[in-house]
Amino acid sequence: MNKLSGILLGSAIALGLGVGAVAPASAQTEITYWQYTFGARVDAIDALIGQFEAANPDIKVNHVNFPYADYRVKVSAAIPAGEGPDVVQLFYGWLDAYREAELLSPLPASLTGDVGDTFFPMVSAMNVDGEFWGLPTAVRSLALFWNTDLFAEAGLSGPPETLDELVEMGKKLTKRDKDGNLLQVGFTVVPTGQDHHWWREVLVRQFGGEPYTDGGRKVNYNSEAGIAALQFYVDMVGEDGISEIGFLTDGQTAFKAGKAAMTIDGSFRLGSFNKQRGLNYSITELPSHDGERFNYSSYWVNGIASKAQGEQRVAAEKFLAFITTNDAMQLWLDTVGELPARPEIALVDANQNHEQFGPFVRGLAYANATHFVDEAAQRQIMVDMVDNVTIKGMSAADAIDIAAEEEQKLLDRFYGS
Amino acid sequence: MSLQSSRTPFDAAANRAVSAELKGLTVGQKKAIWAWVFLALPIVFYVVIRFYPTVSAFAISFTDWNILGEKSFVGIENYSRLVQDRVFWKVLINTLLYGVIGLPVSLVLSFVIAYYLDQVRFMHGFIRALYFVPFLTTAAAMGWVWRWFYQPSPVGVFNLILVDFGFSQQPFLRSTTQALPAVLAPAVWAGLGFQVVIFLAGLRAIPSTYYEAAKIDGAGAWRILREITLPLLKPTTVFLVVISTIGFLRIFDQVFNITNQGDGGPLNATKPIVLYIFETAFDSSDMGYATAQTVILFLLLLVITLLQLWYLRKK
Repeated sequence: MNKLSGILLGSAIALGLGVGAVAPASAQTEITYWQYTFGARVDAIDALIGQFEAANPDIKVNHVNFPYADYRVKVSAAIPAGEGPDVVQLFYGWLDAYREAELLSPLPASLTGDVGDTFFPMVSAMNVDGEFWGLPTAVRSLALFWNTDLFAEAGLSGPPETLDELVEMGKKLTKRDKDGNLLQVGFTVVPTGQDHHWWREVLVRQFGGEPYTDGGRKVNYNSEAGIAALQFYVDMVGEDGISEIGFLTDGQTAFKAGKAAMTIDGSFRLGSFNKQRGLNYSITELPSHDGERFNYSSYWVNGIASKAQGEQRVAAEKFLAFITTNDAMQLWLDTVGELPARPEIALVDANQNHEQFGPFVRGLAYANATHFVDEAAQRQIMVDMVDNVTIKGMSAADAIDIAAEEEQKLLDRFYGS
Repeated sequence: MSLQSSRTPFDAAANRAVSAELKGLTVGQKKAIWAWVFLALPIVFYVVIRFYPTVSAFAISFTDWNILGEKSFVGIENYSRLVQDRVFWKVLINTLLYGVIGLPVSLVLSFVIAYYLDQVRFMHGFIRALYFVPFLTTAAAMGWVWRWFYQPSPVGVFNLILVDFGFSQQPFLRSTTQALPAVLAPAVWAGLGFQVVIFLAGLRAIPSTYYEAAKIDGAGAWRILREITLPLLKPTTVFLVVISTIGFLRIFDQVFNITNQGDGGPLNATKPIVLYIFETAFDSSDMGYATAQTVILFLLLLVITLLQLWYLRKK
């Protein structure tokens, strides 16, 4: 009999049924944390778990991670089956789908009471009908990477401050052979990269527009401002001639090869650029226009799975609170290179003036997050919009109308109106 | 008390009855029984791994399902959405174009190569191996190399050659009309080795006595090709036509690797139906809509294959 219960207990633990339910005698509560596999993120969470377990000896956190490609499917299969994580990491754009599928439960007010005041404003997207469903440890933003060698070679002393300067300097930084073929571009125009965020959340606003209204449910960039923003964007590969779409296949490759003087990308690209020998570059904030600065931010949040109940739930809340403290955020920045989600820690002098993180951190102060319902499909609409102008020779106004119509259809299908 | 020891007299009797029954069988019947026992394994495997998902795909295509939540039945909504989806018609046409262009081009090329290679004795094996190498190459590596081939001058080799010979540069992958043939070219090239080897085997299988007899009767090379080689090569041709058609209609990896971010662009100019299915299912998590597309692809492949088999066997 004794042996049997031992086997039962063992298999219950192995199956992740929870120690609390089977063995109330045990003092330790086990919870499981899931995220996707990415070297630095894994190290950061392991370090945080070590600290957390030292402070809370009665809780054991199992850290599980697997490749990004399988991540969504596994989460959605495991939680309804009562398995899987108690605390789970998800991309902010997935929240609606996860909520609808009842994979998450709302966070208690004790954890989120002051989020509105202490986190960056874009985190408010996690607030649905007064309840918060997830909190980020870190956020991301965009900045302008510029090749210092190429700038010096062209006799330019510093990076552009405004969009007009971007184009003017871009012209000086573009090199062509005697037949007019591009040898080096001033700026990378890559709609499939981060540019679609730059256009949507930065350029449209800088030209006086508002990309979406009604909480992201209504497309609003089909306006004069949107047309002006698109015209500016496509002119870089047309009239201004400072770039070419598809040059050296993509922006990162061109910049890493030292064949592009400027590119827009996220802080997550630092690791890859820093490893490139012979590439000397610096980072600055996205150029302003008419004195206005904007940025695009995205982030991953930690949510509590609906399956976490009783002791697990209490432990999960404790752990979630721990990984969203200021100290945890600083550790995440130092390990992963993603920016703290609270201004009070992000904007400390050491971070704000950091040579590489600084421009990203400063960008957070004026960043917006798009309320995506299907990021891949919405990106494709932007890519097609640019292609309609650059390949088909359509006017910016017509291309925007098509894009707006397509995207509105997508939003309507999701929101069911 | 374990399960093993629970045998009752009834079980023993039943066992005796079974062995008595087996004893009454002829050797041939016993062999057949054993054959079925062994066949049962792959049959079960196929039912579980192939047929069950196929049948359930039909069922899922009538639901709205985002992988995360419950499936909800929506009737033929996914299919009526397909009819109105401009992108779906575009990818359907693209898919057919891959087949309609790829099949004749690759078959004619591979037959011509096989026909002449068959007559070459010098370094025959080596040349054959050279043709076969692309077939062994990973589509991802090939896609990326060709992507650089198509770059504008002075980076891309094709444009460099065009310019050297005084022609104007071509946009290739940045053109809505040239992109599809440009993506198809490496696919044809990669499949060539396989087709050549199959054709060679077919050519070798034709008895040389026919050729000798024809030569004695004074038939020319063209006549021999038309009246002996081609008709006798028909089983090989049927096989290749069916296999290659299915291959071209299911094209995915070439497009995914050669177009920017694997989007089948520009403006969906190169997107085949399989890529659209992949995007719908795994980027947009719209499983019901994606399976509806797979059902259409399945029916399309079925009809085309049956038609080909019927037509090529008839004559």
